[in-house]
Order: sequence, then structure tokens, then C-alpha cells
Amino acid sequence: MSTIELRTRPAIIAGAAIAGRKEGEGPLGAFYDAVIEDDLFGEDSWEKAESRFYLTACETCLRKAGIPSPDVLLGGDLLNQIMSASLAARSLKVPFLGLYGACSTMAESLAIGAMLVDGGHMTTALCAASSHFCSAERQYRFPLEYGSQRTPTAQWTVTGAGATCVSALQSPHTIARVTHVTVGQVVDMGISDANNMGAAMAPAAASTLTRHFTDTGRTASDYDLIITGDLGQVGHDVLLQLMAERGKPLDAAKYVDCGLLVFGPEQDVHAGGSGCGCSAITLNGYIWNQFRKGALRRVLFMATGALLSTTSSQQGETIPGVAHAVAIENDAP
Amino acid sequence: MSEKQSPSSSAHQAQLERYRQLVDRLSPKSKLGQGVFRAFWVGGAICCLGQALLELGRGPLGMTNTAASTFCSTVLVALTALLTGLGVFDKIGQYAGAGAFVPISGFANAMVSPAMEFRREGLVLGLGGKLFTIAGPVLVWGISASVIVGVLYALFPW
Amino acid sequence: MFWSFVKAFLVGGAICAIGEVLVLKTRLTPARILVGCIVLGVILSAVGLYGPLADFAGAGATVPLTGFGHALVTGVKRAVDEIGFMGAFTGGLTSTAAGIAAAVFFGTMMALLFKPRGKE
Repeated sequence: MSTIELRTRPAIIAGAAIAGRKEGEGPLGAFYDAVIEDDLFGEDSWEKAESRFYLTACETCLRKAGIPSPDVLLGGDLLNQIMSASLAARSLKVPFLGLYGACSTMAESLAIGAMLVDGGHMTTALCAASSHFCSAERQYRFPLEYGSQRTPTAQWTVTGAGATCVSALQSPHTIARVTHVTVGQVVDMGISDANNMGAAMAPAAASTLTRHFTDTGRTASDYDLIITGDLGQVGHDVLLQLMAERGKPLDAAKYVDCGLLVFGPEQDVHAGGSGCGCSAITLNGYIWNQFRKGALRRVLFMATGALLSTTSSQQGETIPGVAHAVAIENDAP
Repeated sequence: MSEKQSPSSSAHQAQLERYRQLVDRLSPKSKLGQGVFRAFWVGGAICCLGQALLELGRGPLGMTNTAASTFCSTVLVALTALLTGLGVFDKIGQYAGAGAFVPISGFANAMVSPAMEFRREGLVLGLGGKLFTIAGPVLVWGISASVIVGVLYALFPW
Repeated sequence: MFWSFVKAFLVGGAICAIGEVLVLKTRLTPARILVGCIVLGVILSAVGLYGPLADFAGAGATVPLTGFGHALVTGVKRAVDEIGFMGAFTGGLTSTAAGIAAAVFFGTMMALLFKPRGKE
């Protein structure tokens, strides 16, 4: 059984989303705590800028939660040796567990944070993830000024960071509660095109989703919304198809992908947004807002990650995918 | 699509193949006609500019053929470097694809862009070390192939 | 003169168009296509096909990277004619020195002058 039921239902007491300029101009622009116009964020490199996004998201989240210092910070980013998260943790001076789950990091950190709180080991966990278009581009693809063409299946790395505060405390701020966690398996269906990440990750999403349904006895109709991390247009369509083939169909009206929400059709991002920041800012901006408004009662948040590295790609490996699911319910008694 | 089969079994291979077909069906395709048209006219235009530089060198500037072709490639490289520095060339590349990177302009862009990008990691290991990251393979294989041709030519002149 | 521009445009454009077909049809990375171009240029030049094309199309054949391969081979052959066997090692870089040195020099200058920008 890979789904864990969290019997104490840890509370999400605050979330913060700090987004870049292009993201701020997107359809969810109004839901972010801050939109940073300068993509260097006053720093002298993209990596330091991303770290500042991370730090700002963490600090904003703690301030909103009214908690001076969490018991642990969990999270990571896309850069080698998760530089953004580590440098932010250095400034925050809190116990830190660095995580790498590629773009699934927001769900991974939230899952582990909620389990630590549920187990009674920690009172408050801060879970955060970030990505930056420019730092990801130079690490995974080409220098920014290199004149390469983006293919129609390529996705656009989101610049932004999101942080969620999970706590055992009874807080008047409680937004929602974490009820289940399904930890994903690594699944690889032989996709090697790094410009088609959605296709590489969709089988992992289908695997996690299937096991979540089997373990909990739930179906798609038990959720107001199933939201994946950054499958983009291709992965979104593939996941619908895979779930239909498995006899556990999703309702297309109640299944969305953060990569398709975060940018508008006029923003020329091809197959949609991607990166840890994609699900992080959507969850901490838009989704928490919908919970506060009462528009959502039960959501399955499932961020997906493509576990490739430049080394694995160059050595001819195909792209392994992973997806972690976190079930979230409103605070109704 | 169970994930527990051995990677080499033929059933698994068939699954991978079926999945590849599904992905192919659902992935948007590149527009071949549009891409080829853009590469053709931008690439052609860059070569025309090169021809103008050749004629300029041979005519008004009174250069020899060799000097004129050196002049042509140097000016094209310098111009590309400037457009790369100003942040324009990546947009031309996004529009024209091979039309921008197959001419010598692409070679120059492939050296200038990493030099700029990795300048922040220092002048020696950043700028200096990364300058050849993309263009290096072109020189490695071009020079190696030409040495083979040279050796053959020295042994069996034709 | 006018025809030399037409020929340069058509031949240069055609070489780039072939490159774009390879990009879109084979998903080869630009670096692989460039390596392919230059090696192809070396081979075509060695078997004597690229010389006539360069005479016909001028910059249309010498500006694309295949022309870079052609320049390597012409340099190597000239050096072998002049200094013998060792010319196989000196000729290629001699004839392409300007392009390489210019790219290194201007690349360094631009990196000192400009900072990379994010994309829209």
C-alpha cells in the first residue's frame, strides 16, 4: 500500500507564491503574493535570483502563517545540487531537508512535511520549491542568447517559487487539510525527447493516480478537481487517454494541469509551463485561493517530475518520470 | 501497462511501441513547410550579404580573392557577435532555425552566446572555458576530417 | 553581378532549407547538424564536388558551414602541395584562421560588454 492516510489531518495554515513577470501577466497573475518584474531580482546571476525567489516565498509564507520559525524546511529546485533551496536555507537558519524530485518537488515536500506533522515529529513544516526560466535554460538547454528553435511540444520553465506551511497547530488561518499522500513510483515508457517532457511524465502520473484510486477506494468523481503539475498539453491529453484505457477515466472538466493554467494561449509557450515553480505557484496562489473562497472542497494535487539529467540524456538514457499525489480537503468539520 | 515487467520482454517492447504511437498521435507537429520557407529565405539573405561583402572586398577595396573571403567571414562573424550581444540573434534563430545556424553566423553565435552566459562564472573557467562548448565539436570533427583528407592527399595526390 | 546574388541566395537558401528539414524530421540537435554539415563539406570538397559549387554560387556555398569544411580541405591540399606531408596538419587551420579567431575575439569582447537577457 503506497497511499498513506494522515489521520490527524495536518492543517495548511499558509501559502505564498512569488512569480516572475511573464507569469504575472498570465491568467493567474492576480493570485500571486508578489510579481517580480526584474528577472534578476536585484542579484547578479540567475541562480542567485532563483534563490531569492525561494527565500522570499518562504519568508512571505511564514509571515502569513504568523510563525517566526518552522521546525523544518523541506524542498528543492531544479538546479544541480539544489543550489536555490540550499542558499535560501542558509539565510533562513532553520533545520533543512533538501529534496530533489525535479518538477514534482512541491508535491514531494508537501507529502513529507504533512507526514512528519501527522506522525507527531514536527509541529510545523515549511514546504517549498522554485524554478527560474533562465537558470533552467542554461543548465538543461542552451545559453539564453543562443539562437535555437523551440519545438511545438516544448514547455516553458516557470520563473517563481511557492511555499506552503503545514502545521499541527489549531490555527484560525487554516486553509485546508492534507488527508492522503500517495508516493509515486519511477516509471519510464521509453520517451527520450527532452522537448516532450509531458509525454515522458504522463505514465508516472497514470501509475500514481491508479494506485491512489485503488488504495483509497475513491474514483475521479470523489474530487472537485484533480490537478497535475506540469504535464502540459501533450501530457494532459496522454493522461486522459491512459486513464480511460485503465478503466478509471477522468472527467475532462474536473482535471486540469498547472502548466496549462499558468500561461495564457497568447503567451506563446508552446505546450505549456513546466518546472518546480509551475505547480508551486499555482498551488500556493490559485488553489489555496479557491479553497479560501469555498469553491473547492476536495482536491488531488499531483506534481510530476522528469528525472533526467544532462548526463543521462547524453548517455542515451530515456526519461524516467515520477508523480506524487497529495489529497487535500477543506477545513469543514 | 504494468510497470513490473522485465525491460527486455517482447510484451514490454510492444507496450513501449504502443505508447510511442499514442504520444506521436497526440503531439503537435512542427510545420515543415513554414520552417523550410523561413530557413530558406533567411539563410539565402545571409549568403547574399556575404556575396555583397565579397564583391565589396574584390571591387572597391581592391582585395585578392583570399583576402575578400576572409573579409567576408570576419564581417559576418563580427555582425553576428554584435547581434548576439544586443539580444537580437536568438530571436532570428527562433524564427529561422537552420537559416540562422547553418551559415557562419550560427558558428559565431554558438561561440558568443556561451561566452556571455558563463561570464558570471569568471573570466577564465567561465568565459574562457565555455566559449567552445557548442562550437567545439564542429572544430574537432571538421579539423580531424580535414587532417585525414590531407594525409590521404599527401600519400595519394589527386 | 546581379546573377551572382541570385545564385548565392538560391544555393545558400537551399543548403539551409536542407538543414531545417533535418532539424524537423530527425530531431537531431543543432550541434549534430553543424558537425554533419562541416564533415559533409570536407567529404564533398575532397571528392571534388564542392569546388565547382563554390565557383558557381560564391558566398552561397562558402558562407554555410559546409563551406567551412571546403575551406579546411582547400587549405590542407594547398599546404601539402607547398610543404609536403606536414601540410596535412597546418593547412586546415591556416585557411580558416580568420573565422575562428574572429569568433573567439568578438565572442570575448561581447561577453565583456553585454549581459545575457531573459526571454519573453
